[in-house]
Amino acid sequence: MAEQSAEPVVVVDDLHIVYRVFGSARDKGTAATAFLRMLRRQRRPSVREVHAIRGISFVANRGDAVGVIGRNGSGKSTLLRAIAGLIPPEQGIVYTTGHASLLGVNAALLDDLTGDRNVVVCGLAMGMTPREIKDRYQSIVDFSGVGDFINLPMRAYSTGMGSRLRFAIASARSHDVLLVDEALVTGDAEFRVRSRERIEELRAQAGTVFIVAHSMAQIEETCNRVIWLEKGQIVRAGDDVPAIIDAYLAATGGEPMVREPATT
Amino acid sequence: MSERGRASRRGGPGTLNAPGALNSADGTTTATAPERQGLLPDEPLPEFAARHGLKPSAVRPPALAYLKQLWRRRHFIVAFATARNVAMYSEARLGQVWQILTPLLNAAVYFLIFGVILDTKRGVPNFIPFLVTGIFIFNFTQRSFIIASRVINDSLPLIRALHFPRACLPLAYILIELQQMLISMVVLVVIVLGFGEPLTWYWLLAVPVIALQSLFNVGVGLILARIGAGVEDVSQLIPFIVRTWLYISGVMFFIPALKTLYLHEKLSYLLQINPAAVYIALVRNSLLESLRNEIGSYQPYNHQLCQLAVGSKSLHITPHPALLDHCHLVVPNTSLWLFGVGWALLAVIIGFFFFWRAEVTYGRG
Repeated sequence: MAEQSAEPVVVVDDLHIVYRVFGSARDKGTAATAFLRMLRRQRRPSVREVHAIRGISFVANRGDAVGVIGRNGSGKSTLLRAIAGLIPPEQGIVYTTGHASLLGVNAALLDDLTGDRNVVVCGLAMGMTPREIKDRYQSIVDFSGVGDFINLPMRAYSTGMGSRLRFAIASARSHDVLLVDEALVTGDAEFRVRSRERIEELRAQAGTVFIVAHSMAQIEETCNRVIWLEKGQIVRAGDDVPAIIDAYLAATGGEPMVREPATT
Repeated sequence: MSERGRASRRGGPGTLNAPGALNSADGTTTATAPERQGLLPDEPLPEFAARHGLKPSAVRPPALAYLKQLWRRRHFIVAFATARNVAMYSEARLGQVWQILTPLLNAAVYFLIFGVILDTKRGVPNFIPFLVTGIFIFNFTQRSFIIASRVINDSLPLIRALHFPRACLPLAYILIELQQMLISMVVLVVIVLGFGEPLTWYWLLAVPVIALQSLFNVGVGLILARIGAGVEDVSQLIPFIVRTWLYISGVMFFIPALKTLYLHEKLSYLLQINPAAVYIALVRNSLLESLRNEIGSYQPYNHQLCQLAVGSKSLHITPHPALLDHCHLVVPNTSLWLFGVGWALLAVIIGFFFFWRAEVTYGRG
């Protein structure tokens, strides 16, 4: 079997992730209700636990491109963050070689700072040296295509510009394990093509890529393995990408994929 | 549920490999697939991972490695602090002018209340430089603490998006406060010179004092950052605690000259060796010649003589003024330096380990 010689790069062992959210809508949120609660010795009712990942285990090998699919809120992005080591697990462990890097930072950037400062600060935070940043600064800015806006605070950016700059910064460095969250690959058609090329490039260097996407065509095109999540659990996972995608589309009521007849 | 999941996962090739999957025990067979499900090997995962040299991703590095990582991100800390500092005033019309205006207004307010209205200047020869020094030094610690207790929760997006040693954040924010502090020191120098204090070599001693104070702030800041990350309520409470501390640290009065403490030398001693009072006293002693002369004119503290002086006063007998000179308990400068170093080291060591131990939990939110 091919698996015998495969080199595992990411091992996820019975992972549970729990978010604690303060201040849900049920509480009226006045001082009086808070005080009454203390008198009655109740726990804060407004603390809600969101069990985002409920016991996931899998192994990914070098050279794998793993697609993660599922409805909104099924825990796809959370899973990626956990693999990147950015969210501490409630239970279970994620094992990786070196560092997994998440490409798809929703709010990594500092809104009140100018674009060029963001390039420097975020690059440094990712562990680049000032020299590396200096060398790559121009290519980052060119790739993002924000042009003159680079000298304006990022809150003046359009959503597309912001995510383009984010992508440009995050992809400026090669990564051991690359986690790509689709949320990031927005932007116009031209940028989508460019970012797709960049992802391919990074994948060639990285060895292992995880991709979260709602576009099944993209998953089927790029991935050799798929994990289908539902409510934080794995519904199906495996190498048979088309079968799982079909099952997923059938379960979610999506249009079935139209494929060329299998060329085996 | 996890017990069950674990059992089924370790059960061998025949069992389902995706623990907790919808199809496990409760019969809701959503998708039972005959193909290799879950991409799992046959052996237990921790052993499997160890055999292939994989390491847990969210695991705390050893303390020394953590220090090294921090050192490697020093450029990030500085760049982040500078960027934040610039952004802080970018909305204000006067911009960076506020960096100088803020300490000046601060000094003005305290002077109005404690110099004019309440008149606490008793026993202090040159009150305004004395007061302003105290306020600026204390302000540095105060702001560092308040900001450090919020830093983790304020930076959640950054923490959840990028990988870096989390201690960078409190360090960066305290660095911002240090920059602010150094600007205040320029203002302070102008005020101190303007009120007739001479420029002497003693001034250089203020530099190591501020370095020690920064270390102390970093240490306590790290502790507060961890506590504030876990319990949001702490950051609400900190301002009150710090304000209480302000009033007992001799910011707007001279502790040895405080009449209520004349006969309570232990209490006076304790107040004077508290970290804030130590750093304030050291800076004052280095900058203010008038204060050094005043302290030099005191007689060594003597409880009996002082009791005589204070006691005779209450009997409406004019005491011998010389007797009152025995009433001022002044902690000598050498002790102050030792305490200054001690507090700083203690805070930094405890703070580092305390913050580091919870490294992987930051970001849970």
